[in-house]
Amino acid sequence: MKYVDEFRDPALIRKTADEIARVIERDRHYRIMEVCGGHTFSIYRFGLQRLLPENIELVHGPGCPVCVLPMGRMDDGLAIAARPEVIFTAFGDVMRVPGRRGTPLEMRAKGADVRMVYSPLDALKLATENPDRQVVFFAIGFETTAPSTALTLLRARSLNVDNFSVFCNHVLILPAIRAILDSPDMRIDGFIGPGHVSTVIGARPYEFIAREYGKPVVISGFEPLDLLQSILMLIKQLNQGRAEVENQYARVVPWDGNRPALRALAEVFAVRPFFEWRGLGFISQSALRLRDEFAAWDAETRFSVPGVRVTDPKAAQCGEVLKGVLPPNRCKLFGRECTPEHPVGALMVSSEGACAAYYHYVHAMVTAGD
Amino acid sequence: MCLAIPGQIVRLLDDEGHYAVVDVSGVRRTINIGLLREDGVKPDDWVLIHVGFAMSKISDEQAKDQLRLLEMLGEASMAIEEVSGYSFGERAEGDREGPNHESKSG
Repeated sequence: MKYVDEFRDPALIRKTADEIARVIERDRHYRIMEVCGGHTFSIYRFGLQRLLPENIELVHGPGCPVCVLPMGRMDDGLAIAARPEVIFTAFGDVMRVPGRRGTPLEMRAKGADVRMVYSPLDALKLATENPDRQVVFFAIGFETTAPSTALTLLRARSLNVDNFSVFCNHVLILPAIRAILDSPDMRIDGFIGPGHVSTVIGARPYEFIAREYGKPVVISGFEPLDLLQSILMLIKQLNQGRAEVENQYARVVPWDGNRPALRALAEVFAVRPFFEWRGLGFISQSALRLRDEFAAWDAETRFSVPGVRVTDPKAAQCGEVLKGVLPPNRCKLFGRECTPEHPVGALMVSSEGACAAYYHYVHAMVTAGD
Repeated sequence: MCLAIPGQIVRLLDDEGHYAVVDVSGVRRTINIGLLREDGVKPDDWVLIHVGFAMSKISDEQAKDQLRLLEMLGEASMAIEEVSGYSFGERAEGDREGPNHESKSG
């Protein structure tokens, strides 16, 4: 455990890892899903699995926004980007996600006006600076990011910016967790709850997981010690036969969430009856659209898009990896046809995707050791 | 990216509490603080920033921990580049220009 010395509180980390080893039941297998892509990244980056006994298995969940976006939505966005009057804006991690006609970056190379922004407010500013163009923001993300889009739309309305619109792909984490719990091949014992999503929605909404499904949830911070403490809390609950929502990240996550953020979400967005998730299929009530009052700023109303469903390459097993049924390196394409340089599935695109994280921090080490 | 960026409030820009200048490791940019209007954000407070918006008020110690976490994850320079890239506010004095880099959703 020498590398632990680089972390903050190495003594406390050792103590926590030792306690996990002490309390686990030897003949039991624990499958714990971290829902959030930031946690996936942290776990691989710090090699936390190495600090855990072999019978604790960490399974990577669906909490990476670009990973769960189906290719058809990318194609719809890129169809808008191809229009001559449009300035298409998106966050950087969207820029390398392939649609059937290529990625936004490749579209830009072919002449489309595609621009990376760091904030939806940057896109709104572009609209005020370019009144003769149509500025479209390709919105993506969970409840962490959706309030930012909501406040930007409220701002667009109050400033009366009529050449700005949003192509909304915001998704909700709780219906995805429910879909995983309802999936017949799902065998998860407990969940590490997302950190920053929960600053918005709070800890309370996870209670259904404990109440209806009898599975424990611990909302966690992102440091090695946070994650180890959360795992220890889950193991203790499981050993004692408890199923509760506990908040390890209470220093940042309030039990009832952020009220202004929740109000902004409710004012601007309505829940879609269903939405397709890459790898997970259609999930009811799992995504947001703009309310009818904001139709003037809805890119799906303003522009006609193909709206064609595109299936992923058959050989890619993104769905199994996303549901935690298959570890990344067991996919037939992993590290061969599908690499971070040439991603086939979106899990290989984002640094938060389980496949990219595995490739960078496990596969690379194993290969180097050959 | 889910990993939020810690920044210190330098000054508030309007009475409604929508905008403030924030300092992230020496880079000063305007951010939106509308989500924290119930928290009474004031100069010298630390906040966690995500895509140009303050998401949570945090303590000095938590801010240091978060900066160290970003450094340990190799994400500190990306964080500064993200903040440098916010262009919706007026540039504050003493700004440092940052190179363009990929921004992250989360």
